[in-house]
Order: sequence, then structure tokens, then C-alpha cells
Amino acid sequence: MATAPTTAEAAGFPWGPRALIRRVRSGDELARLTTLVFALVVVLLAVMLVEQLWTNSAEARHRFGLAFLWSSTWDPVFNQFGALPFVYGTLVTSALGLLIAVPLGLGAAIFLAELAPRSLSDNLTFLIDLLAAVPSVIYGLLGVFILVPLMRTEIQPALKRALGFTVLFQGPLYGIGSLTAGLVLAVMIVPFIISVSREVLLAVPGDQREAALALGATRWEATWKAVVPYARTGIMGSIFLALARALGETMAVTMVIGNNPRISASLFAPGYSIAAVLANEFSEATGNLYLSALIELGLVLFLLTFVLNGLARLLILLTTSRGSVVQT
Amino acid sequence: MRKVLGFALLAVLTATPTWAQNINAAGATFPYPIYSKWFDEYHKAHPSVQINYQSIGSGGGIRQLLDKTVDFGASDGPMADEQLQQAGFKILHFPTVLGGAVPSYNIPGVSAELKFTPEALAAIFLGKASKWNDPAISGPNPGVKLPAEDIVVVHRSDGSGTTYIWTDYLSKVSEEWRTKVGKNTSVNWPVGLGGKGNEGVAGLIKQTPYSIGYVELIYAVQNNLPYGSLKNASGEFVKASLASVSAAAAGAAKSMPDDFRVSITDPPGKEAYPISSFTWLLIPGQIQDAGKRSAIKDFLAWMLTSGQQFCEPLAYAKLPKEVAAKEQKAVALIQ
Repeated sequence: MATAPTTAEAAGFPWGPRALIRRVRSGDELARLTTLVFALVVVLLAVMLVEQLWTNSAEARHRFGLAFLWSSTWDPVFNQFGALPFVYGTLVTSALGLLIAVPLGLGAAIFLAELAPRSLSDNLTFLIDLLAAVPSVIYGLLGVFILVPLMRTEIQPALKRALGFTVLFQGPLYGIGSLTAGLVLAVMIVPFIISVSREVLLAVPGDQREAALALGATRWEATWKAVVPYARTGIMGSIFLALARALGETMAVTMVIGNNPRISASLFAPGYSIAAVLANEFSEATGNLYLSALIELGLVLFLLTFVLNGLARLLILLTTSRGSVVQT
Repeated sequence: MRKVLGFALLAVLTATPTWAQNINAAGATFPYPIYSKWFDEYHKAHPSVQINYQSIGSGGGIRQLLDKTVDFGASDGPMADEQLQQAGFKILHFPTVLGGAVPSYNIPGVSAELKFTPEALAAIFLGKASKWNDPAISGPNPGVKLPAEDIVVVHRSDGSGTTYIWTDYLSKVSEEWRTKVGKNTSVNWPVGLGGKGNEGVAGLIKQTPYSIGYVELIYAVQNNLPYGSLKNASGEFVKASLASVSAAAAGAAKSMPDDFRVSITDPPGKEAYPISSFTWLLIPGQIQDAGKRSAIKDFLAWMLTSGQQFCEPLAYAKLPKEVAAKEQKAVALIQ
């Protein structure tokens, strides 16, 4: 404690009543308090959200307990509710989306940041930022009217011929289903990955490239071995932003996923996601238990996002520390 | 949270001039076009009364009525006994218009209009009849060559009054459906794909060969969707229309209970279409505010008489005269 004022003073923030008045007058204190309040509002919002979800889901939590998480029946008539098919559908479609979007987005970002001429890069980035702003219902409509018929008549039959021996690509071809939902999600999240990753790559200091080139690396080697690892944390950040969007995406997913709460190994089969069932059933849910089960699903989605984000942070921590070892 | 939102809404809506009698209502989406027409026409005839209707869905309408954040609610399904007991105050049901659900299908190579028996529909939606040439389906359609293709069942994924009457009907005609699936605005479907809204279901049917699903009659009529006829309780095959839906209500009018909470699926009557239903306004039995009380009572009386002329241009089936007359008497019960 005794050393705190001295360090603060050294940093140019003198304490004491007179100093305080001076700081209030100069606006520093005011700015500090105002921004503190803003920061606290965000925390408060998150806390209130969880509190509301927790209290309003009380009936379902008491009735089903933890079994809610691994029970797979969803029957509003007989009041049997379980979250598993929705959790499964959410994770599968988001994972599919990332699987497709990450290589695509990262590749595009590297091209735009490192290889493309600046004017081309800026124009393309403008278009990509526009894509990120397209409302999800538009992606859903494109999915329903263009992707779904294409899936049913071309893509799914081809996949079935080539990979039909695995459980992933079996069963009747409806056009809609988990795979289609994953594809639509991939298209929706790719702009986020490109846009953020490009910014991060552009922020990498020129020294990094020059050093690699000076050591005799080719342009690609410099990019892949010196620039991309340097930007790794930011690229991870863009991927997790994309994951968060995929987990919570409602409209586009519900239009193409088939809305069937059954767990099926085949990616052709219809599935269901948490956000989709909430959008579908919330407005007409009449019974108290039914409503509270839907709210508990919201809580599960919140926790799922929380856990995945936590894991993401952990991953970033691990990879950056390994990276720094390599750098020294 | 809901209450806070409700109060915020009330605060905004009541901030209009004091001479206007503002009434707030919320509920079903299916009758929204006719309700907004009615509230608008009534406001023109009675400029001092303004009824604001939020089409947030039947479930939301019931909840807001129970929370007393609206003056009255609206629902596509009657409230359950349990809900009425929980309410803590009396709630009266007033049927307003009728809706129906029709089976729409897409079978390449078959252009004839199909006839469905209750048994065939139940078998299809239970997943027991899995091919189009199943005898249950082909039996009543002798001239039609049905293919040996898998049936793709399509249903609504969002909770809806249309699903309620569809499953209510199947519960009446099939014991297996009643015990295994039951009736509700959303059910645990044994088979099929879910489409969001009438447009979602219609879109899936249009795109998916060998599919069958159900859509709201008005939606099917306005979008020229092909749909089949159904065998009713008298053994006649009837195609859904405004007239055959009204006939179903007239058939049920004789046994109409005093609280109007009645399911009219599978009704008696040769011309009656079997999958149809009323939609209801939910009015509190006691309204404290005298101004609101008289305005609501006057609106109901107007809706049951002059208001009925606006139904058919919007493709809603009118109330049968017997039912409207019986409702007129019930309006007096509001205190």
C-alpha cells in the first residue's frame, strides 16, 4: 500500500485532496468514472442475463435435473424435455461451418494481406465487409432456394457415391439437413474470419517479413513461417468470433436444418439447433414447464458459448507461450 | 423481464391523448389480418376507441393476459382447464373466425387430386405408410397410379395453431396418434422434416419430390397450392373451402358448450370439412375500468354483426349464425 502512491505519482497520477480536485477539473477522473460505469454495465448485463435464465428455468431444472443435458426426447405434449439433440445439432453444424470456413477464410486473408496488390485488396475487403453485414435471413433464403436443390440433386448424390461407405454420408437425400446448415454457416462466418485475420496480418511489423526475406526465405515462406505465426493470436480471435456467431445463428439455420430433434450420425439427416428451437417454439409455448424448458435451453446455449470461449482462451494461451519459446 | 417489457410498452402506448380509449391486446398470428382489419374499421366508426393488437403468438397472448399486461388476449387453441384455474380471474372465450388445415403434396407424375381417408393420413404422419403406393393411400384413389416412392413428411417446425388443429384431428381419428403423439402447437413428430411457417412448409413440399405436408387453408388458397380432399365423419370426401369450413362449425354449433371452448375437428355433417377450428379472443370476465369494459363489449357486439362482412374478402370463414347469436348473449356476461 505504501508504495502505491509513489508509483502512481511516478506515473503522473498524484493522489491527495488537492490533486484529486485538480484531476476532476482536468477531466481525467470524470473520464475514468464514466468509462468504469460503461464497463460495469456490460458485466451487469451478462450477470442479469444469467440470473434471468436461471430463475425462469427453475421449474425445468427441478423437474429434470442434470438429466436434461443428456436426455434426447423433446415432447411438448407429454412434457418430456431433453437438450441433447439440440446441443448435438448446434455443435455439429458449428464444427462443420468452421471446418469449411477456417481454411477458406485464412487463405483469403493471407492473399489479401500479403500477396494481392493493395488496391485490389482494399476493394475486395470492402465487398467482404458488405457480406458480413448481410442479414442472416437472406442467407437462409439463398440456402433454401439455391443451395438446397443443388444439394439434393448434385452434391449429396456425389458425396454418397464417393463416401457412402462411411456413416456420415448415408440415408435419404432431402437436400436440407445438418450438412446444408453447416455449409450455410460457413458462408456466413467466412467474412468475419477474412476481415479480422486480414487486419491482424496487416498489423504484423514489416521487420518480421524483411528479416525472413533477408535470411533467404521465399515470399511464401516468409508469410507462412514469419508473418502468420506472429499473427496467430489475432487469427484465433477471428475464428472464435466466427464460432460465436455460428453457435447463436438462428434464422438461416432453422430454414435449412430440417428441424427434427433426433441425433443421427449421417450429415444428410435433418437435425436441430438450440437457437432454432427457441425461435420456433418460444412464441407458442403455453405450458409453464414447456416454457421453462425452452429457457433452460437458452441457459445451456449460454453455458456452451461460455465453455467454448474459455477453451478458446486456453488454447490461445497455450499456443502463444509455445510460439514465444520458438521465437527465443 | 417480460413484465418490464410489458410495462414499457404500456407506458409508450398510454402516452397518447387522454380522450382516446386505448385498449391493448396480444396473441395469435393466424387471425392477425382480419383482426387488424376489424380494429381499424372499428376505430373508423368509433374514433375514440383504439385497439392495439400485437400478433406475438397464442402462447405469448395467453401469458400476457395472465400477467395482465394486456386488456385481452387471442389464441388459436382454447385455454386448458389447468391454465384457467391458474389465472386467478375468470376468462371468457369468444370464437371470432374459422381456419382450416389442408394436406398439400408433391408427387411427380400425379396431377389428379388425391383423396385421403383419416386412416391414410394418420398412417402417413405416423410413418407407418412409408411408400406412396401403400394400399391405405391408393385404396380411395382407384384411377391414380401412385409410385412406389418413399413418402417425405413435412410439418411445421414453429409452434402454431395449424399444427394444433392438425394434431387434434389426428388424435380424434387415430387412437395410436392420441396415445403416442397427442395434440399441441408443437409435438414430437414421429417422422418428417420441419419447415418454419406456412411458407417454409409449402417451400419444402414444392422442392421435395414425393412429399406431403399440411398448410393453413387461407395460405393454400392464396398461393394456389394443390391440396387433397378428406373423408369426413359422414363418409363423404370433402375439399376444404370457406363454405365447407363454415359447415363444420355449423355442425358443431348444436353441441356448442357455454364457454365456447370446443374442438370442431371431425364434426358431423355431410358438407363439413373435418380439419377446421375456431380461433378465439380471450376476454377477462371482469373488467374494472368502466370505459374499457364498455368499449370491449361494444366491439364484440360489432364484430359479431357488422364485422362479419370483412371476413370473406380476406378468405376467413365466417361464424355460423347460431354461434354468433350465442356469443351475443355471452357478451352480457362481461362485468
